[in-house]
Order: sequence, then C-alpha cells, then structure tokens
Amino acid sequence: MNLEQTSLKTLSRDLHQKNISSVALTQSYLERIQSFSELNAFITVDPDKALAQAKLADARLARGEGGPLTGIPIAHKDIFCTKDWRTTCGSKMLSNFIAPYDAHIVQRYQSAGMILLGKTNMDEFAMGSSNETSYYGPVRNPWNLQKVPGGSSGGSAAAVAARLIPAATASDTGGSIRQPAALCGISGIKPTYGLASRFGMIAFASSLDQAGLMAPSAEDLAWLLNDLVGHDPRDATSLNRTTEDYTKHLEQPINSLKIGIPTAFMGSGTHPEILKAIEAALAHYQQMGAQIIELDMPHLSLSIPVYYVLAPAEASSNLSRYDGIRFGWRSQEARTLSDLYALSRGEGFGAEVKRRILIGSYVLSQGYYSAYYLQAQKVRRLIAQDFTHAFERCDVIMGPTTPTPAFNLNTQRSNPVEMYLSDIFTIGVNLAGLPGMSIPAGFTSDHLPVGLQLIGPHFSEAKLLQAAHQYQTQTHWHQQFPSGEPA
Amino acid sequence: MNWEVVIGLETHVQLTTLSKMFSGSSTAFGQPPNTQACAIDLGLPGVLPTINQQAVFLALRFGLAVQGKIPPYSIFARKNYFYPDLPKGYQISQYEHPIIQGGGVTINTEQGHKIIPLTRAHLEEDAGKSIHGILPGYTAIDLNRAGTPLLEIVTEPVMHSAKEAVLYAKTLHRLVTWLGICDGNLQEGSFRCDANVSVRPSGSITLGTRCEIKNLNSFRFLEQAVNYEIQRHIDILESGGSITQETRLFDPDRQETRSMRSKEEAMDYRYFPDPDLLPLVISEQWLKEAADALPELPEACQQRWQDQYDLTAYDTEQLTQSKAMADYFERLVQTQPPQAKNYANWILGDLSALLNRTETTWEQCPVPAEALGQLVQRTEDGTLSSKMAKIVLEKLAQEGHSVDYWITHLGLKQISDPAALEQLILKLIQKYPTQVAEYRSGKQKVFAFFVGQAMKASQGQANPTHLTTLLQKHLSGPA
Repeated sequence: MNLEQTSLKTLSRDLHQKNISSVALTQSYLERIQSFSELNAFITVDPDKALAQAKLADARLARGEGGPLTGIPIAHKDIFCTKDWRTTCGSKMLSNFIAPYDAHIVQRYQSAGMILLGKTNMDEFAMGSSNETSYYGPVRNPWNLQKVPGGSSGGSAAAVAARLIPAATASDTGGSIRQPAALCGISGIKPTYGLASRFGMIAFASSLDQAGLMAPSAEDLAWLLNDLVGHDPRDATSLNRTTEDYTKHLEQPINSLKIGIPTAFMGSGTHPEILKAIEAALAHYQQMGAQIIELDMPHLSLSIPVYYVLAPAEASSNLSRYDGIRFGWRSQEARTLSDLYALSRGEGFGAEVKRRILIGSYVLSQGYYSAYYLQAQKVRRLIAQDFTHAFERCDVIMGPTTPTPAFNLNTQRSNPVEMYLSDIFTIGVNLAGLPGMSIPAGFTSDHLPVGLQLIGPHFSEAKLLQAAHQYQTQTHWHQQFPSGEPA
Repeated sequence: MNWEVVIGLETHVQLTTLSKMFSGSSTAFGQPPNTQACAIDLGLPGVLPTINQQAVFLALRFGLAVQGKIPPYSIFARKNYFYPDLPKGYQISQYEHPIIQGGGVTINTEQGHKIIPLTRAHLEEDAGKSIHGILPGYTAIDLNRAGTPLLEIVTEPVMHSAKEAVLYAKTLHRLVTWLGICDGNLQEGSFRCDANVSVRPSGSITLGTRCEIKNLNSFRFLEQAVNYEIQRHIDILESGGSITQETRLFDPDRQETRSMRSKEEAMDYRYFPDPDLLPLVISEQWLKEAADALPELPEACQQRWQDQYDLTAYDTEQLTQSKAMADYFERLVQTQPPQAKNYANWILGDLSALLNRTETTWEQCPVPAEALGQLVQRTEDGTLSSKMAKIVLEKLAQEGHSVDYWITHLGLKQISDPAALEQLILKLIQKYPTQVAEYRSGKQKVFAFFVGQAMKASQGQANPTHLTTLLQKHLSGPA
C-alpha cells in the first residue's frame, strides 16, 4: 500500500478497478495500527470483525455492486455507539459497555459499505483538549511522541495523521475536531449544528455537540460528508433539508472570496510562528483572488466563560444516567443506595469529568441559575449575533485554529483553565452552531503542524470545502505525514 | 382557636396513548417486568427523546375543556434528581412554560357550584416502579412504566376540606375519562393525587407551612389522608409546635401519614430547558382540531337533559358518571317516543345492577340501547308488566335476540284484556268464597291474597293496574 496514494478517491478507484481488494487494504491498515500501537490511538480494534466486513465488501465489488465508499476502512471515535462493539467514551464508566445499537452515522457508513476497523481513543466523555483524560491512556502526537495530539478527538486525529486509517469520524463540542486536526496536521470538519444526527453519539453538551470527520484532505472530507449529513427522525434537533452533494463544487475557483479575519484572532497571545504561517496562508488566498477584511467581533472574547458555564451544565445532566444500575461501572463496595451512586460514579469517572459535573451542577442550582446559566445563554446569543454581522461583510472567516502548536504531555494537568484556553478560537463556532474546518497550513520550526481554521455561515459546508480544496490543490501541507518508523 | 384548612391538589393523569411520551414503546399495563422499555426508556448512552404528538393532542383537549390558556409554545425542561426508577437521572417535564395555564374545574357542592381554579397543567414522563420486598435485600426496578405520558394538573390552594378535595378529584376523574384522555383506572395507577395540606388561624392571610402527601390512588385514601394530616397539623400547632415542610406518604393500614425517609435526591431539581427537544409549538390548526374533537362536556350535557327532558339534577349527575353510559342514554332518547325519565330509571336501576353483577362496563353493555328502548316501549303500551320486563332484560343480556322475541318465546305477554282478567277473577271468587266474605266484611288485607292468587294463576302476567281495578269491582260487587 502506497501511503501517499490513499485518498478516498484513489482507494475507491483502486477497489472498483480491482487493483486492490478490501481484505488486503484492511489487512494493511490493521498491520499498521499494530505497528504504531505506541500512539495509543485506538481503544478497540477487531481484526476478525473487520476482515469479515471486508470479505463481504469484496464480494459486492466483484459483482460490480457497491458505491464510492464500499470496501474502504474507517474508524469511529469511541463516542459513537457501535452495535456489538465495546463503546467506552474514553471512560472507565463504560469499560464494559457493549452497545446494543448503532449510532445513526455509524449505520450510514455501514450502509455505504465502509469497513469498521476500530474505535479511536478520546478524552473521557469528550471533555478535554489533549486526549490526556482518557481512562485508556493518553494518545501521542505522531509528529512528536512527547506531544499531545489535541482533544478530545485525539485518537482519530493521530490515527489519520499517521495514516493508520484513511479517515475517521469524530465529534466537536468546543473544538474537539478542529483543534486536534490542527495539532496533527490533518483536515477536519464540524458541520452546522443539526445536520448530522446525534442519535447514538454519547452526549456531552447537547446544544453544542456535533459529529464530524477527520481525513488528510478537504476532498476526502467532502467524499464522506454526504453520508454524515441527513435528517434522522430519532433526533429532534436534526434538520430536514434538501440533500446537497458536497463534492459538486470543489473544483470551482474561489474567485473573489471575501475572507474576514477577526482582530481578536491575530493578537499577541498566539504563537508567532503560527501567526506567520496563517499570514502566509492568507497571502496565498489573496493570490488566488480573495479579499481580506478585518472584523471586529466584540463578544468573541466571552466565548470561553460562556462555554464553561453551558457545556458543564448540560453535561452534569447528561451524565446523570451513569449510575451503575442498568449498565456500566458499578462499585463492588456499595452497601447502600447512596453508596451505589457515590462510589460507582466516584470510581467510574475521572477528575476532569467530575470537575465539570460539579461546575455544571453549581451553575444550574437554585440561586445561581440566573447569574450563570441564564446569563451565559444570553451572552451566547450575542456571540452568535457577532458572527451573523460578520457574515454580512464576508463569506468565510479565517484564522489560526489554535494559539499554540502541540504542547508536551503532562504539562497542563495542574491548571485546567490553561487547558481550556487552547480552545479559544474554536469555541465560538459551537456556541453559534456554525460549520467549521481546520486544514494544515504549515509547520513550526519544531516541525509541529499549524492549522488554519475556516468558519462559514450556517449550511456553507460546500463553500468551506471548496475554499479548503482550492488551497490544497496549490499547497502540499495536507499531503505530509510523519515519516517515523514504528518504534 | 379556629383553624382554616388550605388544600391544593396535584393530579398525575396517565394519557391514553399507545406509546410513551418520548419513545415508541408500548404503554400497555401489566406486562412482564422490563419488557416494555427500549433503549430510550432505559436512558442508554447516546439515546434521544422525541415528542409523542398524540399526548400533546390529548393535553390540548384537556386545556380546552377546562378553558385554560394555551400559549403558542411551551418548553420541556429537565427535572434532575437521582433515583433508581428514573433511568436518565432526570425526568423530562415542563417548568416555566407549561402547555396549559390556568383554567378551572367546576364542582357541585351541597352549597352549589364552585369553580376550582387550576394553576397549570403540563406534560411529563412517568418514572418506573420500585418494588420493595419481593427480592430479599434488594429493591426490584421495573421500567415498563418509565416514559409513560402524564399530564400533571395543579389546582390553586383553594379547597378547605377533605370532602371538597375528594369532590374535586372525582369531578376531575370524570372529566378526564369523559374526554377519553385517561382510562381512569385508579388501581393501575392511571390517576394519582398528591395533596398539599396546610392550616392557618381563621382570618389569617398568610399560608401555613404545608406538607405534601404523595401518591394517593383512591378517593377513600385521599379523604382519610387529608383528614389525618389536617388533625396532625392542628395538634402540633395547638401544642405550640411548628410544622416541618416535608413530603409524606399515607399508610392505609395504620391510617396515618408518615414522613418519607429523606433520600439522596436533592430538593433542588436544577431545572433547565431540555436541549434535546425543540420548543413545542401549538398551531392554530392543531388547536382547531383539538376543539373539534371535544365532546359535549358533562355539565353541559346535564343541563341540556334537565332542560329538554325534565330530569332532576341528581338523575343527570348519575347518568353522566361515564361517557359510555351517557352515550347510551342519549341513543335511547333519540328513539320515538322519548321516555327520558323511564330510560333514566332503567339505566340507573336494573341495567346498572346487571352490569355490576356481571362485572361488565358500559362500553361492553350487552343490551343495545335500541333494545332497551323497545323494552320500555312494551311496558308503556301495556304488553309487559315491569316484573316481566326485568326478566326480558336478563334474557337480552344473556342471550341477545329482541324484546318481542322473548315476549313470544316466554309467553310473557301481559294480560290486559279485561275479559280475560274477569274470567280469571271470577274463577278465583268461586274458589275462595271464605276470603271473599272476609273482604266484604271489611278485612281489606284479604285483597292482597286475591292479587297474589291472580298473579299465580296468570303466571305473573296479569296487568297489575287493570287487575286491581277489576278485582275491586268484582270483590265489592254483589255476592
């Protein structure tokens, strides 16, 4: 398998032309996953189940059947329920949970004929920005094993970056797709809130969570997005819109695309080499014909406090079901009902999860609800309005995805708030329910990836993908992957 | 010290939908444990709720029936607390924006009509059942009921006696079963009352500290529990103590309320709008459909019958105990000629007794309204005596056919023909000369003997009125 030739487009052609079989392809990826196990990108890999699916895919391809994605391997972030597979959400609480049903998007990719190889590692219950809160151990950044891959979708990001899988699903609540995509030098997309069904995606913060994708290129993402998006009557927040083909307009030139740059995004708090790389990327866009305008978004700086009130609030409620009674971790030490709850949850949850449950319970409690939760919802509306006003003046907002490149493992543990600040550019997007992408835009002198974030108005995924793809036809950042040999 | 009692009632009414409030599981009662709880009801990771439209529709009908205000949208909110029969660790309910606001239920007290104003009514899901005592050392949890749609109906604190509270509860019960939104089965838990009780010195404008008595599932228990609680409050206050605000349960065996052991559940439910559900929008169209689906309400029905058919308030109250019975009566009065009072008597008397005896409901009544109409007709035109009519009623219920069929088949035709009766009477006079003489000498009681003998001789078919007239004529006549 030539890892340089593993775009979905190429794999699809090779499979349909019988240049390679799905079994062989799956086998290659399984071996590669095994060789790079030190990355700890996967929580569960099931070679037998994978090869069984691959055999079926080959049979269909042999009969001339199958669609564009048939026979291509995929990995799902362990936040998505996969029937009869262990689904842990990165937590001890669900270490023994075998999902009895498939998440909606898992069903979609299965129907499309993709081969499920495994479930990727993640921050526990999607709470984290470095994939260090996982019960199953931290994930390492393939570009530098001493660094974090980002989070919470660190496993999916590392797996794609190291080419252990052609593509992976992920989820994004405050930046959990875009930030790890940036730190690992890959492309990631979080669609407009409501486009991808949340049914079967283990809930963290319901009004912010969204399923998304990670792959080397924007074109790969476009190939996959058609199956991610679509109405699901089981999710009341799922939108019912006419289907779009996200691959249709990729090749169109961007012409005079208006790019807005919030002044707040290019400030002094960001690593200078990141700023340099972003400025170079923007200059490139200008060469392609784009116009750059500066944006003032006065409430954007409030994104982090708003998020860290609302997300924990929703999480504190969403995680109440984990009590060891019907499924999941149940403490063996419990002697009373009170114990059962306190010990099962005390033992089953990690520190960051507990921290957020406490914060969330606090801001919803009597006497504090108005000052915190209600107030945060109001400010959320103001932030969303900042974006609406911005999009009256531009087509796409761009800027750095993260303020710093990948940082060392074990550095930020003692100060959670510092960790929270790494989401500073991405969080506002979730608060406004907008689509967002991150694509590779260069490297630091330490050879750590730099990500460029693209944000569009609601339902502008096609435009974002087009802008990203056009940049990628003229640059090669997205084609690079760590050449490291397995340890 | 004169005490004023203040009572408010919260009633949880299970709605008659086929599936649950937020999932497609069946709501059928009495199934083996945990066979009617899907992934959504179990609160498994990743599941989401969706709204049962029929439950909303039934709630709208209630709101219209009590003339409540129905705002254009309402919000589902999460009520967060921990308990094993609450799978998600929160109940999806409604908090600041319920589907129905205000409204009122009119009760018919001895002093006349009184409107009990409602604060609100909102939709929510029921919890599962905790069953103690069947597994030693454990509590058994059955989640079949988890997720069943409930309409919680809350009154203003305006009732002043247990009797009044029970009257309200019964009136509400009749209304929700009349509307068809609840099956009203108290034993199965379809209709459960929580009573909030407090007392205060007469004339005081501030409310006393209240206690809530939960899960009263019979009218008798409601009355007993409230009365007990009132006395408990008075006793405490009169001896200088104060009431602790708490939740209590009624123990019907010991006839007392007891404080619920304090659980892990916090009193603070941390309500917030459920982010998994959109605001529930009530369109004009939907309201119109709900209004069109409203039947004539019991009070209106009663009034109409009193006006049209000259029935008493009591009769109409009885006849509107259930919609099925009322419909039955309505069908009857459509027949010619309408014999409203007679129909009322038959329905409330013999037919009700028959249904009770055979444990049949009005919906399953084996005697079609048309048949009863015929039966009454035949008693009016003299063909059947009332005694014979009762026999025919039994036959109709057990074996069907028609009234005329049984009259012929059993030879029950009442003998009203004067000639035939006279023949019979003359035979008796010949047979019992002693008794005739006794009667003529002034012994009035002997008359009954002749009536009895005449009935015997005619197999009970002698028309009693005609018989009496003719007997009097012949017995008093010349020897």
